[in-house]
Amino acid sequence: MNVLHTFSATQKKAPENVAKFNVGDTVRVHFRIVEGEKERIQVYEGVVIGRKGSESPHATFTVRRVAFGEGVERVFPLHSPRVEKVEVTREGSTRRAKLYYLRSRMGKAARVKGKGKDTSAKANAASPVEA
Amino acid sequence: MVTELLGKKLGMTRFFTEDGRWIDVTLLEAGPCTVVQRKTRDRDGYEAVQLGFGEVKERRLRKPQQGHFKKAGVALKRTLKEVRVEAASELKTGDEIKADIFQPGDRIDVSGTSKGRGYAGVHRRHHFGGGPETHGSTFHRRPGSIGQSSDPSKVFKGMRMAGHMGAASVTTQNLEVVNVDVAKNLLVVRGSVPGANGGMVIVKKTVKGAK
Repeated sequence: MNVLHTFSATQKKAPENVAKFNVGDTVRVHFRIVEGEKERIQVYEGVVIGRKGSESPHATFTVRRVAFGEGVERVFPLHSPRVEKVEVTREGSTRRAKLYYLRSRMGKAARVKGKGKDTSAKANAASPVEA
Repeated sequence: MVTELLGKKLGMTRFFTEDGRWIDVTLLEAGPCTVVQRKTRDRDGYEAVQLGFGEVKERRLRKPQQGHFKKAGVALKRTLKEVRVEAASELKTGDEIKADIFQPGDRIDVSGTSKGRGYAGVHRRHHFGGGPETHGSTFHRRPGSIGQSSDPSKVFKGMRMAGHMGAASVTTQNLEVVNVDVAKNLLVVRGSVPGANGGMVIVKKTVKGAK
């Protein structure tokens, strides 16, 4: 590995700190927000519709949710120190790596098949059905 | 004190700052530069040090050049550059200048040779708009009119036309130093610097900009 790669690799989180989740999962992303002097943690919940970069230090993931009837997608850097943790509230089962087809679907059609039983209490509210 | 270094552009990557922002950075291998010659007012008419950077095989240098390094008692260097210093400067032949002359937060200028683009048209070279691509147009990427008529009967100097583009000396001013690793001779600079990866760059304290 050359200097450039070695340097980039230092930007990665330790393997045990990297969030583990798959495409199709419903997740709660705890994202640290700095407002002036203060710092708080904002939770963003939605379905992971894609992961990019796999092992790269520049890896990102996209989380989609429908807020007030409007689809919102946020891209998070996987190794960002601002991403405090990623909780998986529901495991999804998908046949493709990118769930971009969800964008053109509304309501019940925009669901992802679940993998087995849903354990979280917020399960139903957390499912991508929303609205 | 010398505020200038020779270096090499290693490439670009991304960096998480302490407050979690994701910024684009360029890695530079800056120094170590060896003082190959000390020029003085008495002998040369001005005060300067000659800095050398980069390893080079013996057979790459001609005998007189090899002799220059041998006289200074330093290893052979690929590149030489003179930097002005004050008369009181205590730098002497053989001294090494490292990346620690810069601190995170410092502002620097980085000069390099930009990537060569060959013979480029006005579209690419001067960002001309060009004509329509379709609808019967045959006026695709042409420059258009380059002047008037029998008065003045000439094309004015400086008219922007097609020609050789790139491979010229370019300086990017007022870049922020994000990180310095003296052990690895690494400078992490915010933003981009001229030239291809592996290209030679000159890093110096900014002449304009903040502070």
